[in-house]
Amino acid sequence: MRYSYFPGCSLERNAAAYHNSTVAIAKPLGMELIEVEDWNCCGATEYISLNLIASYALIARNLAQASKNSASDQLVAPCSACYLNLRKCNKYMVEDSGLAEKVNLALAAGNLKYQPGTIKVRHLLDVIVNDIGYESIKEKVTKPLTGLKIAPYYGCMIVRPEFPTGGKLFDDTEYPTTLDRLLKVLGAEVIDYPMKAHCCGGHMTQISETTGFELIRRLIKGAVDNQADMIVTLCPMCQLNLDGFQGAMNAHFKTNYQMPVLYFTQVIGLSLGFDAKDMDIGSELVSARPALAKIGVEISETEAPKKRPSKEELPMPHMPEKE
Amino acid sequence: LNPNHQINSTNGKQSFAEQVIKATPGKTHFETCIQCGTCGGSCPSGPDMNHTPRALFALISAGLKNEVLQSNTPWYCVSCYYCTVRCPQEVHITDIMYTLKRIAVQEKVYDDSTAPDFSKTFINWVEKFGRSFELGLMGQHMLMHNPFGVFKIAGMGVGIVTKGRMAFKPTRIKGMASLKAILAKAKELEVSS
Repeated sequence: MRYSYFPGCSLERNAAAYHNSTVAIAKPLGMELIEVEDWNCCGATEYISLNLIASYALIARNLAQASKNSASDQLVAPCSACYLNLRKCNKYMVEDSGLAEKVNLALAAGNLKYQPGTIKVRHLLDVIVNDIGYESIKEKVTKPLTGLKIAPYYGCMIVRPEFPTGGKLFDDTEYPTTLDRLLKVLGAEVIDYPMKAHCCGGHMTQISETTGFELIRRLIKGAVDNQADMIVTLCPMCQLNLDGFQGAMNAHFKTNYQMPVLYFTQVIGLSLGFDAKDMDIGSELVSARPALAKIGVEISETEAPKKRPSKEELPMPHMPEKE
Repeated sequence: LNPNHQINSTNGKQSFAEQVIKATPGKTHFETCIQCGTCGGSCPSGPDMNHTPRALFALISAGLKNEVLQSNTPWYCVSCYYCTVRCPQEVHITDIMYTLKRIAVQEKVYDDSTAPDFSKTFINWVEKFGRSFELGLMGQHMLMHNPFGVFKIAGMGVGIVTKGRMAFKPTRIKGMASLKAILAKAKELEVSS
């Protein structure tokens, strides 16, 4: 099946592992991804906080670029924030003709045009579970993730809110289950994760550390309390917050959580028989190696980060712990 | 007691609530708010907000514009849409929070510039290159608002760089001239609306 593909800014570098693993599994899964020509940033949650028409015009330029692809009217976004913005722009342009008119006037200044509602915006998870389907994936699994306990983490923007013209949401807003089912098909043990649809805090670490770190702490603690070996996510912002900021969060709360966070496409790849290296495993800051060793996945030593010896590893005298 | 008593203009002058509704795309259903508090109870950052969304909506209805725009509430909204999907009246709460941010920025009425500056810095890169640029954003923002925060995330920074996850220069899209023309026209239309 053919799709227009909108990677989004994060997937260019910070979340390159998400992009590379998506591209790698696309072929065996039978997806042909055609990258939207010269796409631009969706504005994240920032432009809409400053300018209304400009923020919608910025998003609509991508929809206009995507409509140039005659091979498919389906636009796939792996990033939940891009997915939400593209859907939302589509919806409000259909619903609010005044807005649509202004956005198109702006687009015309750049010789572009977008007919609201013509592009169908889909999330990568939706396409994988609904178009390719659980059964078809199950047939392709050669190295099942048997014995790996995974906390399925959806985050917020993929499951909320429902935008009617973008098609019905493919999962429940409060208790989504599609990723759970997918991970079970891959052979993993899926833990009950009450925080699965809670927010990672988005940009809050930059606005208020106490607020941002607390949201991250809840999610990591939830996975640890439920004995997960790792969290699997489908959004680059969630991955950056939970993995990248885990160390700073630990320092803030004087905790020592070590919860690896991988993209769902990376674990799909492992189960299809790809090497960990092909899936960019090792690019996460909290190493997934101990968790993956449980299921016999080896990550070569040379790629491991150079770790300075921690205080615990030095022969230091310790005070006996009080009972 | 009707919390919505001041939503409609009385003396021909536009009320603050009307301004908010008009500046939000689609149907906000703002006027149907029953003050139940489901929004505040669902909000992950609610405990750190000056007002819960429910309380803020009561202030909007009461026309207390400055109090609303100086509240940290819209800027502490993490855009998770829990309130929006749980609201029994289908009020577009998250969209209204964005509107309040825009009005606060346009009228330069906000108490703390950390969040507005973050948005401005982010968009500055996008308007110049067409794509966002994490290093430039984080660097500029931390210099302005949290210079000592650099030490807290130094470990993370080293990790991100050694893992090859940091771009050192922004990507420029090919159609930059066209994008600039689009955004300039959009801003012109913004003012006239």
